[in-house]
Amino acid sequence: MNTARFSAFGRQAGTIVVTLVGLLILTFCIGRLMPVDPVRAIVGEEADRATYEMVAERIGANLPLYQQFFRYVGDLLQGDFGVSIRTGQPVINDILHVMPATIELATFAIIVGAGLGIPLGILAAVRRNRPVDHVIRFLTLIGHSMPIFWTGMIGLIVFYAALDLVGGGGRLSDYYIGLVPETTGLLLIDSLLAGDWEVFWDAVNHLLLPASILGYSSMAYITRMTRSFMLDQLNQEYVTTARVKGLSKSRTVWHHAFANIRVQLVTIVALAYGSLLEGAVLIETVFSWPGFGQYITNNMLVGDMNAVMTCVLLVGVIFIGLNLLSDALYKIFDPRTR
Amino acid sequence: MTMNSIDIGTAAMTTPSRTTYTARSRLLRVVKDLLANPSSGFGFVVITILLVTALVAPWIAPYEPNMIDLGEALQPPSAGHLFGTDELGRDVLSRIIHGSRISLAIITIVSVIVGPLGLLVGTTAGYFGGWYDTVMMRITDIFLSFPSLILSLAFVAALGASLENAIIAIGLTAWPPIARLARAETLTFRNADYISASRMQGASRLRIIIKSIMPMCLPSVLVRVTLSMATVILTAAGLGFLGLGAQPPLPEWGAMIATGRRYMLDNWWLVAFPGGAILLVSLAFNLLGDGLRDALDPKQGH
Repeated sequence: MNTARFSAFGRQAGTIVVTLVGLLILTFCIGRLMPVDPVRAIVGEEADRATYEMVAERIGANLPLYQQFFRYVGDLLQGDFGVSIRTGQPVINDILHVMPATIELATFAIIVGAGLGIPLGILAAVRRNRPVDHVIRFLTLIGHSMPIFWTGMIGLIVFYAALDLVGGGGRLSDYYIGLVPETTGLLLIDSLLAGDWEVFWDAVNHLLLPASILGYSSMAYITRMTRSFMLDQLNQEYVTTARVKGLSKSRTVWHHAFANIRVQLVTIVALAYGSLLEGAVLIETVFSWPGFGQYITNNMLVGDMNAVMTCVLLVGVIFIGLNLLSDALYKIFDPRTR
Repeated sequence: MTMNSIDIGTAAMTTPSRTTYTARSRLLRVVKDLLANPSSGFGFVVITILLVTALVAPWIAPYEPNMIDLGEALQPPSAGHLFGTDELGRDVLSRIIHGSRISLAIITIVSVIVGPLGLLVGTTAGYFGGWYDTVMMRITDIFLSFPSLILSLAFVAALGASLENAIIAIGLTAWPPIARLARAETLTFRNADYISASRMQGASRLRIIIKSIMPMCLPSVLVRVTLSMATVILTAAGLGFLGLGAQPPLPEWGAMIATGRRYMLDNWWLVAFPGGAILLVSLAFNLLGDGLRDALDPKQGH
């Protein structure tokens, strides 16, 4: 038993290592494919031949490809992700600096998405093929068919330009920027720590629209999955038994069926949280939100190689991590997989 | 389901004349099924309109898509310009109509790359098993560990921003789910009696895969490709919007929105109509895919 468990663990660890190596090869290839000459990017256009070769020697640009790859991995293992050519800062510092804005946006969005998506999915399953179900399915369908950047702009046109209900682009109005000290980088928390309610409400005002639109797209996914998990449960015999025994419908739904899909829901929400990164790339551009998504896009537009490679690697690692996390949650909460 | 796929399996193995006959009557039945349901019927009609519009674009567009007329710049929708004009006085409706050609080209090329590639990788991995399967599935896992837009972004950044590279990037990111599906399907019938029968008759492995396994995977792969076209449309538009896909002055819908963004607060029609077109086509592919699944492959859905 113990050995079986141990070998299962070993196999899992092996899979992770192989996937990570694959990821590294992928990011390395993307970096090498880029039409930017890494040496030229450092020395500038006017550098003479000797400087060029000296720098090429130092960063290893004239080594064979496989040696360059090992060098790349070695640097990463030492925590050296390279320097961004655009900002002149170590890439990892840049990323740490922009990440809180995206975390704030994504967390607010997932609260909207899961908070609405799970109840709506259950409602749709319980009222299957009734008008409510059709309306909910239509809403989810729109949610994952819409180009999210477009919805963001329509939101700005309607709620900002026409109705003036929410703030425009950015995280704060110009005159509030820099008023509260940056402790966590999460503006809502920082402004509360500083006790500055004006800044807090301004931040909420700016967060509301982009986060709701991002949340709507993840709601579409969560609702759809919840509905289908719930239908699986409701079609099983124990539900009929419970009903025949005289249990009320709401008790059957909440205490039996819902209890059985909780674990699946947690994993779905974890994966949805990760996919928000994708929406964030577009939504942050629309709302001039200074987060990770905008950082990726800007680096890609100027071909900042180190930054692009690190961002892609980070996204891959986040996704692999979330997948592992959801596997682990399954194993912890679902007694059948033990 | 079993009835349907056996149908295809035998159809592929019988004489050519019979194949075309059964294929045609099946196609008619599928189209009838699609039209019978209002939502998949809507999807089917919208995609048909897209096809026709793309084919006859130059004849139905009221203006030249790139004709600049600064005197007519930023006109709101009117009888002369149904969808208004942009900052250079170009007719938005005509640009959307011409843009349908770009969308159609993207969809066609991506599905031509992705369908066969996914099918090939999936069926061979499922049928051969062993280390080949392991390697192939690891590779798909790595691709699947990215949201498709971010991976396409990375490829485009590496290859350079253009419509062609956007199409290649999207193709590179869209095949893994299809390979997964084809592999799963292959595993369910690789040990079926009819496969053993044809193996004992001396059929080569290649022949078994092409003649006996691929036709069985086709319906679900077709459904999956159709559904993923909805994502492809959104990713292509997203790349265009970020400036990493089709470049102006090409009337690609995402790129049109990107240019319109600067003027959008006073000129809503610049973004509303191209975005509406994207939403409509993506919605249509989702509905059509769901409908196709019900018509071809009822075991997959609810």
